[in-house]
Amino acid sequence: MTAYIAKRLLAAIPVLFGLSVIVFLIMAMIPGDPATAILGSYATPENVARLNADLGLDKSLPQQYLIWLGNLLQGDLGRSYALNRPVLDEVLERFSATLILAGTALVLCSILGLLAGVVSAARQYGFADKAITVLVLIGISTPSFWLGLLLILAFAVKIKLFPASGMYAIYGGGDLPDLLHHLFLPALTLAAVATGVIARLTRTAMLEVLRQDYIRTARAKGLTERRVIYRHAFKAALVSVIPVIGIQAGFVLGGAVYIETVFQWPGIGSMLVNAISTRDLLLVQGGVLVVAAAYVLFNLAADVVQTLLDPRLR
Amino acid sequence: MKNLLAAAITAASMLLASPALAQTPPNVLVVGQIAEPKSLDPHAVTAVNDFRILVNVYDGLTRYKDGTLEVEPSLAESWTISEDGKTYTFKLREGVSFHDGTPFNAEAVKFNFDRMLKEDHPFHDTGPFPLAFFFSSVEEVTAVDDLTVEFKLKEPYAPFLSNLAYPTGLMVSPAAVEEHGKDFGRHPSGTGAFKFAEWDANAKLVVTRNEDYWDGAPPLEAVIYRPITDANTRIAEMLSGGLDVMVEVPPDSLQQFRDDAAFTVQEQAGPHVWFLILNLKEGPFAKKEIRQAANYAINKKALVENILQGTAEVAAGPTPPAFAWAYNDTLEPYPYDPEKAKQLLADAGYGGEQLTFYVTEGGSGMLDPLAMGTAIQADLQAVGMKVKIETYEWNTFLGKVNPGLEGKADMAEMAWMTNDPDTLPFLTLRSQAMPDQGGFNSGYYANEKVDDLLGKARAATDQNERAALYKEMQEIVHEDAPWVFVANWKQNAVTGAGVENFKLQPSFFLMLQDVAKP
Repeated sequence: MTAYIAKRLLAAIPVLFGLSVIVFLIMAMIPGDPATAILGSYATPENVARLNADLGLDKSLPQQYLIWLGNLLQGDLGRSYALNRPVLDEVLERFSATLILAGTALVLCSILGLLAGVVSAARQYGFADKAITVLVLIGISTPSFWLGLLLILAFAVKIKLFPASGMYAIYGGGDLPDLLHHLFLPALTLAAVATGVIARLTRTAMLEVLRQDYIRTARAKGLTERRVIYRHAFKAALVSVIPVIGIQAGFVLGGAVYIETVFQWPGIGSMLVNAISTRDLLLVQGGVLVVAAAYVLFNLAADVVQTLLDPRLR
Repeated sequence: MKNLLAAAITAASMLLASPALAQTPPNVLVVGQIAEPKSLDPHAVTAVNDFRILVNVYDGLTRYKDGTLEVEPSLAESWTISEDGKTYTFKLREGVSFHDGTPFNAEAVKFNFDRMLKEDHPFHDTGPFPLAFFFSSVEEVTAVDDLTVEFKLKEPYAPFLSNLAYPTGLMVSPAAVEEHGKDFGRHPSGTGAFKFAEWDANAKLVVTRNEDYWDGAPPLEAVIYRPITDANTRIAEMLSGGLDVMVEVPPDSLQQFRDDAAFTVQEQAGPHVWFLILNLKEGPFAKKEIRQAANYAINKKALVENILQGTAEVAAGPTPPAFAWAYNDTLEPYPYDPEKAKQLLADAGYGGEQLTFYVTEGGSGMLDPLAMGTAIQADLQAVGMKVKIETYEWNTFLGKVNPGLEGKADMAEMAWMTNDPDTLPFLTLRSQAMPDQGGFNSGYYANEKVDDLLGKARAATDQNERAALYKEMQEIVHEDAPWVFVANWKQNAVTGAGVENFKLQPSFFLMLQDVAKP
């Protein structure tokens, strides 16, 4: 198992390397440059040239990339032009906020999705199944930024139960209850789509398993229905649902971009959006690298869990 | 299982909802900003969003008089200007200290300008300083004695005093720059009414009362700036009581706040002008009659009332009325007169050539550029002008427009916000300011009389003399119509109950020295 994990981690290195080249090229290809973004109306060719020289952007593209790579190997991600602070500080701070939000949303969608899928399958074509199916379809098809605004309107503006934005109260607060209070609405919004996807897949997987011979055998042995469903069928169905949760982790991370903007959550998604619009190359590089690495790790974790659950894969 | 779940949900919801939603505390003002500040080093930043904080933490040698764009003494008590307009001598205020305790004196002033302007200065590498060219006319700064400082200019430069009142001219503590180097922008120290206290990235920035402020300690104990980039979220936060002040309210939401007695809406016209650059070098707009026809054809009143919903006023010429002393108030905007436009087009022999129109999606001061672009297209088409819109994202757009429109487009949207009546015409309307000469005259307007007036106005040191020159320039430009003059933006802000003495300034800076919230 250790060898397997090590191999997977090693395989991730060329992926991340290739990704950094692609990001570098895309950022070089889109028109506009940081100096123009900083100077705005005052961006004369002369001022732009002077500022680019100050920012070290007058070097050739391969030269810039090699400098960046050299610094990266020493653990230095450079300095953000737009924020005037080290990229590493900004990225780590922002990424931990995203992890809290995306992690909570992932736990939330896994629990709710699995639960809804199992109940649906156990009561196939019953009232619960139909009700859950409708809810799940609404969840999948609602644009998440709209759902977020709606929840803010309902729970922050009308009934002032939850705060409209931010991660902590701006005075006092700062403790766990304060965090949870701020986390509730954005995490729920972010979890909505993934919950639907997981619920649909769990239902299908469960129905598949319930048709198997060993389930009939279990029932024939006289086991209670609850025991059949949770002990036997659910465990087997989980094997095919787990990798999907791994993929959903990627979607949740991606979806965080909108949700972070709507709820002013200080995460890496909103950071990337700003960094791209200000052409802050080093910040984009740092951010994408961390998100990609996290995505690789999530998928690896899902695969490991799947291997542990399914003896055939060992 | 079911009971357990129910218990868990109940417990969770109690935990989540229990902290009462506090209103903002007394004597602390919470301001909703449109973005995270970049830096608190006034020489390193360019955005109004940052200026709104900086003007409360720092002072300059001069500042704008309350409610105007005229300069008055600030850290400099008085000044004299030599006959030739090239030497400015400032007498500094005595007994002023930076927040870090070091004294403000002539040496500190010299340090500030040398850091920005001299490449061999030991702290020049704490930049870059993108707007340092505001002071490119400065040749040498000399500390004559502890409280006297002398600026030698390369040539007479009348906007110098108002540039000193701009954030690029705010005075930072040399000791703090020496201590923090490149990170000074996160450990700022000035002489202003509020001291920097805390910056929690992407969440809040706190400044507290400077008890020893030379102009009297402010009533507020602290100001908390919160960056909220999404306008809808900013509105929701304001409505739910999480903010005391919100700036840049979208036009669609202003009415909602106007109708609610708990809020006060403030508006203030600023030194902003929104216009269309016309390409005079080639195509139909090379003819003055066709440029005037475009000015007549576009219904500017409908643009500001319907699209901008009253958040702007119709512009008459190239100089915004906010520069009251230099504004020619005898100018009338081109009236909306499609018949006259058609007549002018026919007289000029316009043959229905297609016009390419550069439109941007957004950008600093651009208001609602897509909607305005399409409305303008419709107005021009109504008088028989064929217009093809090309839309670009802001940075790309600047990269296309600033190098000049030749061979690419006939017209382009543009907006400027400046601090002196000299800046915009000097950079955009002179024949020596063509793009290949480092200027912004992207439409290639050239009129010797205008060049002459702007040159004289820059060299004159008497405000009345300058005013007369600017007023004449506006008349000529109005008649020549190198632009379609469209709108002057009014900045707005909403304040919550309990906020007193809040006032927007024509400079668009957010001065909070006198604001109270008992």
